[in-house]
Amino acid sequence: MAPLAIRLARRLALTLFVLWGAATLAFAGMRLVPGDPARIIAGGVQANATPEVLDAIRDQYGLREPVGVQYVLFLGRLLRADLGGSYQLGRPVSSVIGEQLGSTLSLATGAAVLGFCLAVALALLTAGRPRARAISRVLEFCSISTPNFWIGILLLAAFSFRLRWFPVLGDEGAAALVLPCAALALPIAGVLAQVTREGLERALDQPFALTARSRGATENRIRARHALRHAALPVLTLSGWVLGELLAGTVVVETVFARQGLGHVVVAAVRGRDFPVVTGVVVLSALTFSLINIGLDLLYGLVDPRVREAAA
Amino acid sequence: MTAPASYGPAALPRLRVGAAQAGVALAAAFFALVCLAALAPGLFAHGPDQVNPALALRDPMPGHPLGTDQLGRDVLARLVFGARPSLLVGVGSTLLAGLAGSAWGLLAALGGRLVGEAAMRLADVLLSFPAILMALLVVAVLGPGTRNAVLAITVALAPGFARVVRAQALVVRGSAYVRAAVNLGLTPGRILLRHIAPNVVAPLLILATINVGTALIAGASLCFLGLGPQPPAPEWGAMLAQARDYLDASWTLALFPGAAITLTVMSATVVGRALQARYEGREAG
Repeated sequence: MAPLAIRLARRLALTLFVLWGAATLAFAGMRLVPGDPARIIAGGVQANATPEVLDAIRDQYGLREPVGVQYVLFLGRLLRADLGGSYQLGRPVSSVIGEQLGSTLSLATGAAVLGFCLAVALALLTAGRPRARAISRVLEFCSISTPNFWIGILLLAAFSFRLRWFPVLGDEGAAALVLPCAALALPIAGVLAQVTREGLERALDQPFALTARSRGATENRIRARHALRHAALPVLTLSGWVLGELLAGTVVVETVFARQGLGHVVVAAVRGRDFPVVTGVVVLSALTFSLINIGLDLLYGLVDPRVREAAA
Repeated sequence: MTAPASYGPAALPRLRVGAAQAGVALAAAFFALVCLAALAPGLFAHGPDQVNPALALRDPMPGHPLGTDQLGRDVLARLVFGARPSLLVGVGSTLLAGLAGSAWGLLAALGGRLVGEAAMRLADVLLSFPAILMALLVVAVLGPGTRNAVLAITVALAPGFARVVRAQALVVRGSAYVRAAVNLGLTPGRILLRHIAPNVVAPLLILATINVGTALIAGASLCFLGLGPQPPAPEWGAMLAQARDYLDASWTLALFPGAAITLTVMSATVVGRALQARYEGREAG
């Protein structure tokens, strides 16, 4: 188990490095904004804040210190998980993120599950069947090339405005989750279906598939029980990409459906140059990204023992 | 596009080769048309900002083949004039990112151990969160606008290019012809420009073409969020954002800008894949 421990330690060190880098980027961004930071905090360059207000802000945010000291203080606060207060909302960033996290998580999880299920179903049905595969390829190409916000708007127009099956706005209940999840899942499912089908077709060509057939296993059983496991590895490799797509997609899809959530918060923060909120979301997503990638790395070994042996 | 000789042996039926070629030709023609609209929109339509409240939110009709928007502006004219900012954000950022990524990757491959490590660790950090988030961070610093949206997508894409260029440059640097050039006593600058860079550029160009689709969607997303060109400038993503607010009145308003984005993404991808297939000597997939 020693190599695994070393690998894990190395990945964790890299994660810390990435987090430090993300925080530094965010800090540098904050300092790169042209103009007096105190004015920006007070509500933008146009806002006419009195000198007293600006002085108070400079004291409160430690803007009088040299940049180096500010940077160290900033990192120190981050280490204590203190993300500071939002300029716009006047509340601690951590509580803003905490409130909105649930909505975004349920959207992303729903979309991930839907995307994977769609992709696996499509791949199982079309692998090794030329005609079905050709049709499915065209569909996949279309779904990959379509921006998810357009899918969202079209779904909204068809199912909410015309048919009135789903609510137009808001995020109450499961019904409001269906269309956003579908908009987010379709482009992802397109890519996953392609990769899963390639993996399945490779697996179906291998001797073990022939052995299973010769023992009298039905075609569906071979696909679902034997080949799918082998197709899982390349799909797993893509999971990091899927996560990125989900994180990015929630930002846009939440805006289309006027949902609460982190994406909504970060867009408002970018418009208002609310850097503590932007920093918080950037650091949090870098952390999630790194941790999930470590988890995936460990999963490889579970899914395919050959990887475990090669690494040892 | 592709010479028949470059296709594989009889594995593919004749008809499908023809169909694939026709598809690539169609995609290339469409992409060229969009580029032409971006360069000279006046050739196709006039008056993207001409307001006519009496004719607001109409479905397609004579005189306005794609209908009108909430201010009675012609949707077709806005689509045509929207090609320039849309392509600027999608294609312009890919070009810039390709240039910046090449310099970055070449520096990482050839600039010595310490510089190389630093350059690649920086790329690791930038690639450790989603591209759109990186772009949002850049917009937060620079503020919204067309130029800043281009820069934002550039910053988001450049580290990916840097990785590819570095890998390719390392392969080329180890090759026999570069060693021969070194043995011939050529100056490092000449070797870099004449021998290494050209062999790194070809795969990069293909990667860039394939990436145009991704960049177009990322750019349109940014504009959809209101962080790109500001109204009344016509841009496809921004047009969709407006259409979203008038969905109950007119759903065709949301149809055409989205179709423009999707078709452009598709055509760029098809052309990129065909170029890649040709470069790698494989049949078009």
